[in-house]
Amino acid sequence: MTARVGVVLFPGSNCEHDVVEAVEALGAEAEIVWHGAGALPDVDAVVLPGGFAHGDYLRPGAVARFSPVMGAVRDFADGGGPVIGICNGFQVLTEAGLLPGALQKNSGLKFLCTMVNVRVETTNSILTSAAHGGQVLRIPINHFEGNYTCPADTLAELRDQDRVVLRYVDNPNGSTDSIAGVCNEGRNVVGLMPHPERASDALLGSEDGRILLRSLLAHVPALR
Amino acid sequence: MNFQVMEPLAFPIMSPGIHFEVRACRYGGAVKDAVHRALGLTDDEALAVERILGRAPNHLELAMYAVMWSEHCSYKSSRTHLRRLPTEAPHVLVGPGENAGVVDVGDGVAVAVRIESHNHPSAVEPYQGAATGVGGILRDIFTMGARPVALMDSLRFGSLHEARSRWLFEGVVSGISGYGNSVGVPTVGGEVVFDDVYAENPLVNVLCLGVMPTSRLVLGRASGVGNLAVLFGSTTGRDGIGGVSVLASAGFGDAEAEQAKRPSVQVGDPFEEKRLIEACLELLDAGLVVGIQDLGGAGLTCATSETAARGGVGMDVYASEVARRQPGMEPFEVMTSESQERMLAIVTPESLDQVLAVCGRWEVRASVVGTVTHGGRLRILDHPGGDVLADVPASSLHDAAPVYDRPASPPDDLAELRAADPARLPPPADCGQDLLALLADPAWVYRQYDHQLFLNTVEPPGGDAAVLRLKAPGLPKAPLGAPSKALAVSTDGNGRWCALDPRQGTAMNVAESVLNVACVGGRPLALVNCLNFGNPEHPEVMWQLSESIDGMAEACRVLGIPVVGGNVSLYNESRGRDIDPTPVVGVVGLIERLDARPPGVGLAEGGRVLLLGQTVLTLAGSLWALQVRGHRGGTLPPLDLGLHARLTELVRGLVEEGLAVGIHDVSDGGIGVALAEMAVRSGVGFDVGGIGDHAALFSESPSRVVLCSEGHAVEQVGRRAQAAGVPFSEIGVAGGHRLVVQGLVDVGVDQAEAAWRDAIPGALLPA
Repeated sequence: MTARVGVVLFPGSNCEHDVVEAVEALGAEAEIVWHGAGALPDVDAVVLPGGFAHGDYLRPGAVARFSPVMGAVRDFADGGGPVIGICNGFQVLTEAGLLPGALQKNSGLKFLCTMVNVRVETTNSILTSAAHGGQVLRIPINHFEGNYTCPADTLAELRDQDRVVLRYVDNPNGSTDSIAGVCNEGRNVVGLMPHPERASDALLGSEDGRILLRSLLAHVPALR
Repeated sequence: MNFQVMEPLAFPIMSPGIHFEVRACRYGGAVKDAVHRALGLTDDEALAVERILGRAPNHLELAMYAVMWSEHCSYKSSRTHLRRLPTEAPHVLVGPGENAGVVDVGDGVAVAVRIESHNHPSAVEPYQGAATGVGGILRDIFTMGARPVALMDSLRFGSLHEARSRWLFEGVVSGISGYGNSVGVPTVGGEVVFDDVYAENPLVNVLCLGVMPTSRLVLGRASGVGNLAVLFGSTTGRDGIGGVSVLASAGFGDAEAEQAKRPSVQVGDPFEEKRLIEACLELLDAGLVVGIQDLGGAGLTCATSETAARGGVGMDVYASEVARRQPGMEPFEVMTSESQERMLAIVTPESLDQVLAVCGRWEVRASVVGTVTHGGRLRILDHPGGDVLADVPASSLHDAAPVYDRPASPPDDLAELRAADPARLPPPADCGQDLLALLADPAWVYRQYDHQLFLNTVEPPGGDAAVLRLKAPGLPKAPLGAPSKALAVSTDGNGRWCALDPRQGTAMNVAESVLNVACVGGRPLALVNCLNFGNPEHPEVMWQLSESIDGMAEACRVLGIPVVGGNVSLYNESRGRDIDPTPVVGVVGLIERLDARPPGVGLAEGGRVLLLGQTVLTLAGSLWALQVRGHRGGTLPPLDLGLHARLTELVRGLVEEGLAVGIHDVSDGGIGVALAEMAVRSGVGFDVGGIGDHAALFSESPSRVVLCSEGHAVEQVGRRAQAAGVPFSEIGVAGGHRLVVQGLVDVGVDQAEAAWRDAIPGALLPA
């Protein structure tokens, strides 16, 4: 059965077409979902893509969490549906309280667009089930606010519950504990700063992102 | 001041040739002398306005002519020279004069390209100046119906030893990053140069590339009497009033004067622009507009008069209907404001509701501000049916703008400059150290730019030319398995060369840009230019401009590239000192089949190092002479355009057929820097010989390429070069951990890499 992926489009999002292209290349169907929608269409997974939802005004994700579609996304996640937030999508998920912590400005106080190495810290998540534990993936980052932070007790909880999904091999932005991605307790909601869709074609320099997106898609039919 | 419309004082109709007298005009009850001068019009120009109207203009009309006849909008000093550029080719769909040039790349796809300067605003307020430069050029592209898919920036600043230059550099890069990333268009390349001639007057040139289904091509013209003019996007405020005349068409003086100009810089809102792009493309896809035009320099005056004049119609514009950012704005402010992120669409009354619905969905403000009329008059009305505040022939704001053939003569010190041959400078004690001093990795700049969005960037910034897959949302998808096409884009300028010889220097720029495109396998399709020069009222600047255009025209003719658009930036001067003449060119090329990544700037362990072309022993205009010795003189080495055309075609073929594993053109810093960049980017050293002295190492003589090839490919390259009549030599081998030029240079790859990587970040550290 073909997986159907809903890609949420906020005004100011800009990676929606790239996510659609990358998941379609893996055989899935993708549908762009407008942020004003009160309900999700019939989809098996939801991706909140990168960009600058609502201009990132006030703070990244701070306005997007109030977009009507977020209520439906929350219900979908509560029901166990797979949700990933990439870059700005990760910021939206933390603002919406679907994931713990926050993303603050990079420690270098500069926007950073560059290829990085990230290590798969757990394969027990909807985004990493097709990877090997400890596998190092080359995936680009592209953000100003990617410096993950959370209170000490939250960090302890994330570690204890094996919820740090990805870590930077060489921390580029000052993230606490080099965290590049985390998941929720149900392990069906994952946020990450690197862009797997940008590492989906050898012509562009890496195909490692496909391992993550394939995990998401492989997971989906099993849920149906 | 009250700018309400009043009957001007009685004034006799002047016949041509009668000397214009400064006269008193009554405005808002006050008597003021020569208001036109404060607005930037000369006395003769004010007289010409009067002749067109057959009466004295009122204040609003004068303000409209002042912005439209500014150097920035009217090209009045350069137009007569620009006519000499070749602009035609079978694949050119739109040439110069529209918002952007458009070329057909086959399969129902067209590419729109434009380059523009934002030098003056960036000198005054670097972040907003650069940001709004990006915003402006994007609108030029999506106005044509194309989705903007790539930006490139050609930047020039003073030495980073100066605190002000660091402030400008960091501010400009942040502005491009802040706006470009947020608006969702990747910045895929460009160049950055540091030279003291730009210390007070930095150059910020932005190129934008868009792609579209050929069927969506639209031109900015109004048609259909009774159709409506819809202004949409941001509100209209007091920012940027007189930007084109106050800022862009005058040089810089002291710091206090620059401070005073800051309110003429616009403020950008990339989120508004992002929604504007999406709304516009949706309107165009749905066929809801008959014409569309962006608001840039000279704001609403330019957009309304241009669309009307191009369509051969008139327009009534209602000042009251323009959504304003602040209360109390006067009609002249509304009509000349350069507030960013605004567009004007011409729509039929029947489609108005749908247009407003699309805008509403994207949260874009829209209102009807005018009506298309018979007769060619542009009238500004207080409100629909209200008082007429201005009434002028729409086309006169463009077509009747003065054209100046200003006096031109070579600089007095030219012969002296050319005679000052840097060959007479003492040779370096250590060529290796000089080589390290010339290396600078631009990654500090481009890492701040999203250069990957849309999944098209095959060759990222830092190489000879950016390579982009030719695809975008909304384009017809190529069938599976079909060869995928790609675009190659390069921007190049060189003020050092052009200062010595603007004609040949410009031809060398064009040649270099074309060669850069060939190095990634591209065949040049079109060229756009941004002509950055000093004060046109200085005869030597006009001579430089004229010579430069001739050099560009000659190179484009021989190399077979049409010029599809351009921008002229004059008055790049401060305290009476002009910048070096700095034409910047952008060349767009097509790669017919992109099956694999192009070889790129690098070396492969065990490969052989080959040189195509011949080195002329000269250091004239070289980076070495300036940067290491502070010397600017000499006579440029000859450029053989016929040979260059053969070299370019040879190189393109070699890359296409995979006969090189690494490639780099020889330009700034000569063969020494070319080899060193190949080494540091790949981490592979080299050992080459046959380079006799520092002049051979750092010479910037044109038409040369360094290749790294393996095995049988070497012989094939040799045979192909011979057949093409291009000089060929094998100069050494690639491999190991050292950069060795026998008898001249021996440094470690790690040492060179550190020098290269740290050059820019190191210069920015607090002293």
